[in-house]
Amino acid sequence: MRRIGILVLVLLFSFASGWATTHELSDSGSVAASHRPGKFNATEFIFDHIGDSFEWHVLTVNHHHYSLPLPIILYSSNKGFNVFLSSKFHNPTHSYKGFKLETEGKYKGKIVELDSDGNINQLSPLPLNFSLTKNVVTILFVCIILCWIFISIGNRYKMNPYVAPTGLQNLFEPIILFVKNEIAIPSIGERQYMRFMPFLLSVFFFIWFSNMLGLIPILPGGANVTGNIAVTMALALFTFVIVNINGNKHYWKDIVNAPGVPWFLKFPIPIMPLVELMGVFIKPFVLMVRLFANILAGHMVAIVFMSLIFIFAAMKFWLGYAAAPISILFSVFMSILELLVALIQAYVFTLLSAIYIGMATAEHH
Amino acid sequence: MGLVTPDYGLLFWMLLSFSILLFILKKFAWKPILLGLKNREDFIAKALKQAEEAKAELAKIQEKNLELAEKARIEREKDFQEAKAFREKLIDEAKEEARLEAQKMIDKSRELIRQERDAAKKELYQSVSALAINLSEKILRKQFADVDKQREYVDELIKEMSQN
Repeated sequence: MRRIGILVLVLLFSFASGWATTHELSDSGSVAASHRPGKFNATEFIFDHIGDSFEWHVLTVNHHHYSLPLPIILYSSNKGFNVFLSSKFHNPTHSYKGFKLETEGKYKGKIVELDSDGNINQLSPLPLNFSLTKNVVTILFVCIILCWIFISIGNRYKMNPYVAPTGLQNLFEPIILFVKNEIAIPSIGERQYMRFMPFLLSVFFFIWFSNMLGLIPILPGGANVTGNIAVTMALALFTFVIVNINGNKHYWKDIVNAPGVPWFLKFPIPIMPLVELMGVFIKPFVLMVRLFANILAGHMVAIVFMSLIFIFAAMKFWLGYAAAPISILFSVFMSILELLVALIQAYVFTLLSAIYIGMATAEHH
Repeated sequence: MGLVTPDYGLLFWMLLSFSILLFILKKFAWKPILLGLKNREDFIAKALKQAEEAKAELAKIQEKNLELAEKARIEREKDFQEAKAFREKLIDEAKEEARLEAQKMIDKSRELIRQERDAAKKELYQSVSALAINLSEKILRKQFADVDKQREYVDELIKEMSQN
């Protein structure tokens, strides 16, 4: 297990070999703009922090941005596959190999394809972008941590199952039992819950760990993973697929012919079946939005409190100092609250997934 | 990147990595963990049941022991009572016997004393009478030293006797 840990570190720091130190030359760079004293743009500052990015910004010293470059993976019909590190964009033109990290206009923050004249290719402006962004790397990091922790715990159970748990095993066993006894069994039922335990546990720990990692402001953390709608969409898709694959006869029958509803709501215009069918999609949609919105809001509020310092400082320099203690106090309070929210949202997502699964697999008598 | 527009790249990587995560964790983590937990639960449940059974067994044995002890106590009590009664009887008997024996001895002694006293009395009589005879012989011998006097006395005696 220790070897895996070393591997993670080696992987992490192999990127670090390309540590980029950039000096922003132009005023057009959004990051540079947000850090210019006197002209603080709170909106950009906030959106830079909660959004995804192609590199992992660590700190800025004297307008030098120190960031961990991440791999850019692009495919376009003209240029085929292109893989390079994001640090290659650190030049005055923000472009490399005919691709440009656009800093303004319609495609701001996206990688666009350039034509031979150096303008945006109007026919196919956006190449397929499968870059390992900050969020993707964080997701991989969380996956590796989860595998590391839970495989080592699993081995402990395999080797000596009757010994009282210690260490990591002791830390996570109550949580695993909580997911089993408080989420899976009451929602799905004693007979079938075991089939869905792996999914529920994986989702629970993935969301929890991602949330917690998002609260750490420096390198291994800081990415707003679960506050990104693509991530929550993927998780909700898993729930959607699992619910509908395992939906039994009753589940589908109740959608087509909802019981306890007057017949004129089903025939000749099938209002209820339509509503039920919408429900099939709304349930995972709600899962997606809830997790996304909660985590995003938490990150935003924390960042907004921090921005207050700079907003006040931009007005009058001493006001920034005056606002700092209050802002920091509120930020700390928010962080503590977010610690709770991290767990609660993981719980809620898992619980609702379990309830949806339970509804789809329930046996009627 | 718009806030509510899902990025397909991230979506793709998320789906891929979470699928792999799910597969790996299911095979190498959740399966042994859940199996281990279940085994432990069963083990503990079995152990508890056994303990409960052992407890019941123990209680039963204890009850039996108590019963036996009670029985033994009653038995002992009875033996004790019997022994006490026997002892008392024995003592009474011995006392009675001793009393009788003593009485017998007293009677015997009394008889002996009586006999001794009678014998002593008799002897005393004999010696006193012998002494008296002796003395009277001596006195008589002196008194009747002369024959006349003897004759006179005999006559007198004969006279007396004949009067009777």
